[in-house]
Amino acid sequence: MPEIDAAFLSYPARELAGVALDRATELGAEHADFRLERIRVANLNLRDAQLESSTDSEDIGLAVRVVHDGAWGFASGIARTADAARALAEQAVATAKVSRVLSSDPVVLAPEPVHADVTWISSYEINPFDVPEAERIGRLTELSERLLAADGVDHVDASLMQVLENKFYADTAGTMTTQQRVRVHPTFTAVNVDRAAGAFSSMRSLALPAGRGWEYLVGTGWDFDAELAELPGLLLEHVKAPSVEAGRYDLVIDPTNLWLTIHESIGHATELDRALGYEAAYAGTSFATLDRLGSLQYGSPVMNVTGDRTVEHGLATIGYDDEGVAAQQFDLIKDGVLVGYQLNRQMAHAHGSALGTTRSNGCALADSPGHIPLQRMANVSLQPDPGGPSTEELISRVERGIYVVGDRSWSIDMQRFNFQFTGQQFHRIENGKLVGQVRDVAYQATTTDFWGSMEAVGGPQTYVLGGAFNCGKGQPGQVAAVSHGCPSALFRGVNVLNTKTEGGAQ
Amino acid sequence: MTQIQELVERALAASTADGCVVVASENTQTNLRWAGNSLTTNGQMSSRSFTVVSTFDGPDGTSAGVVTRAVSTEDELDALVRASEQAGRDAGPAEDAAPLVENYAHNDDWAADPARTDVEVFRAFAPALGAEFDRWRKADQLLFGYAEHAVTSTFVATSTGLRRRFDQPDGMVQLNGKSSDFARSAYASVHTNDFADVDAAALAAEVEQRLRWAETRLDLPAGRYETIMPPSTVADLMIYAYWTASARDAEEGRNVFAGPSGQSRIGDELSALPLRLYSDPTYPGLECAPFEIATESGGGLQSVFDNGLATSATDWIRDGRLTDLIRTRAWAKRSGAEPRPGIGNLILSGEGGGFSQQEMIADTERGLLLTCLWYIREVDPQTLLLTGLTRDGVYLIEDGEVAGAVNNFRFNESPIGLLGRVTEVGRTELTLSREWGDYFTRTAMPTLRVPDFNMSTVSQAS
Repeated sequence: MPEIDAAFLSYPARELAGVALDRATELGAEHADFRLERIRVANLNLRDAQLESSTDSEDIGLAVRVVHDGAWGFASGIARTADAARALAEQAVATAKVSRVLSSDPVVLAPEPVHADVTWISSYEINPFDVPEAERIGRLTELSERLLAADGVDHVDASLMQVLENKFYADTAGTMTTQQRVRVHPTFTAVNVDRAAGAFSSMRSLALPAGRGWEYLVGTGWDFDAELAELPGLLLEHVKAPSVEAGRYDLVIDPTNLWLTIHESIGHATELDRALGYEAAYAGTSFATLDRLGSLQYGSPVMNVTGDRTVEHGLATIGYDDEGVAAQQFDLIKDGVLVGYQLNRQMAHAHGSALGTTRSNGCALADSPGHIPLQRMANVSLQPDPGGPSTEELISRVERGIYVVGDRSWSIDMQRFNFQFTGQQFHRIENGKLVGQVRDVAYQATTTDFWGSMEAVGGPQTYVLGGAFNCGKGQPGQVAAVSHGCPSALFRGVNVLNTKTEGGAQ
Repeated sequence: MTQIQELVERALAASTADGCVVVASENTQTNLRWAGNSLTTNGQMSSRSFTVVSTFDGPDGTSAGVVTRAVSTEDELDALVRASEQAGRDAGPAEDAAPLVENYAHNDDWAADPARTDVEVFRAFAPALGAEFDRWRKADQLLFGYAEHAVTSTFVATSTGLRRRFDQPDGMVQLNGKSSDFARSAYASVHTNDFADVDAAALAAEVEQRLRWAETRLDLPAGRYETIMPPSTVADLMIYAYWTASARDAEEGRNVFAGPSGQSRIGDELSALPLRLYSDPTYPGLECAPFEIATESGGGLQSVFDNGLATSATDWIRDGRLTDLIRTRAWAKRSGAEPRPGIGNLILSGEGGGFSQQEMIADTERGLLLTCLWYIREVDPQTLLLTGLTRDGVYLIEDGEVAGAVNNFRFNESPIGLLGRVTEVGRTELTLSREWGDYFTRTAMPTLRVPDFNMSTVSQAS
């Protein structure tokens, strides 16, 4: 069983927290919380099986957040001394006083149970930072060389991003948590260049980032050796594939693609801060406004979506959030109807009557010690049909359509209506059978039309936990990792664009 | 905490590698964020980051260990140097290896204290913003937005004796106004180095005027429209093209700048108009480091071995022709060309002064005027086809005047394709990209007229 990193435990977190929280209380804060965080990130990049870059970075710092006279104040710094902790508390109170003048409604936090001195560690086997760099480079080189040797592969890009995150949190109510998370994101991309035609094409491995350790690279949770053996053949088929004819198609969407559509069209749309307009000038708002809770028909009756911060290997999974709230699972969409939002303590208190609850569901997160916690995304997942069909069975129900595999390009508007996605592989379906790839496909829809066209979801045997490391939100910008699980699913009559004819002149 | 320059020297002195580069930066920033005429969050942050590059020469080439830490003590610094050396010994040859940059003459004041900022930078802006909150509340309209000021002092030192430093200020205000029912939305932004030139009332007045334009609402279908692209939207697209401008990718046949048989498209005409796209570290208002700063290598676009390399004004496109692409020293040597490090600003200009946006609107019979583009992502790297959305105001121009606001659209367009179709280039002015303004803040762009901008589908977002 992994343990909390000894170097992190050696920092005087409790002493610094005591000094900062006492000082904030002395200065009249109604609430104060303290974080000591350390985030280690290592990146490996190989180009054509040669090392392009290897970096190892670490961010460590303290943060003090206060509610003082009903206003937020926040300060952070990197010096880990009692004087520095005290000064941060003073700075946080000072900024709260500045902001009080410009604020209207006073900040009140929903009360939550105290979790005194608890520890939580994510589920992984091998801390990737314990694996020698030469061994990590060696594994990426070996896999890259195999790809590069294959027919039709002219270039290979490989990368590995690994993160070790440690958080200590303490607040004036008495909650104190010490947590550790590990995550990895390997990618392998094969490139075909046809100089005569002045063309190039690429295809990426379908492996998605996971809340796992080094074991993910060597056989647990993904079989890279098997997948990469098939990639060159799929790439060559893609290169030779005909360009898609734009129009309406039935789509069977694989979980390796659908997770990202869930992220954009459901995950962000059910963040209450967006629905309330806090993100209006930046990330945007949401069509799923609070007055439509319980009535908005989000999709077809087979659509059931949950938020959770508890699933094993989930990237947003944690024990306690950055406001000391225990991780949990909750409903967002039930039988196609909007029934919940992702919350933090301030919003839960302020909108208790509309929400029907005055408890947070634990979605506060700061991406680093230098940033204030925002309401960030839980693992938002589409539930499979317990006795549902396999992907092959879904395909068998389609007369003329496309089986979409792997995510690639993504874009959605600031109210989460109009989206456009591409993918890695597009397999034509004719009369219930796959008949070869097409290329240049983008599918485009309006969120509620798209989910309303979902005729069937696959069974648990089709379920995959996808996700991303790079979900951005807020100003100053914050980046968070989040997972999305889903089965394969069948959609009827979706608008498909040809990306070649979209470009260029009239 | 120990003075940053002392720590830099200590790192170099502690190094036992064959070569060593230290990139140290001290960053302070302060921000205000508001929504619905009320401040929501604020903060003051300070951070310090040290990157140590340790290089080792071997029979098969030179390896590099690149380790970055938030260092606050001498012990942590010593541990960082050791970690960098260990990484360098483990890594194996680096494909971008090149001799470290030798010392050369320059005028940097190495010893001066790092430049800093704090919440005081808002002393005139904050009350002016507060006055706007009151005014907008009374008018039953809503203000949203963000103001940020950051100062980063970066120190680059090499074991070959080079010592360079640069103090980079960076600030912005983004102001979004909405009607109380959220049906109308307008936006204005400004980039600033010190907030002395920020006029909150003027920005708010601009947003207000645009909200008034939107009182007449018109619906238009998807299609190709004559479109006036304001500078901010041009910055959105040109920045993406710049980030893609790797000579190596082009020569390997892997980006939109790839030519036939191992060549790039350098020399090709991209536009029939005399467009110039360039970077210049001394451009007034957009001053940036006149030397390379790289805390990681990648994409043929930058190399840690090139740290400290002097940069100067560089044309990427001149007279409508592609003149150069970004190239590390290692790739330059392999391809027999001159190194061209990337530079932290980007300027597009046409011939002479060019018309103002107002004049271009007046000269439009029927067309669209954009405010912002948003959520821009690459759809097809071969053509650099990008998709994204219009945001916070698309206005229909009829007979030289704004007739009202229309619905938003999803577009599919390539910046390279657009350059070939632009029919008019306006006056170049300082601007801030909405989409990439978090990462690339220093741009000067003209308003462009495009006869057939591809509004691919309609977005219901308001």
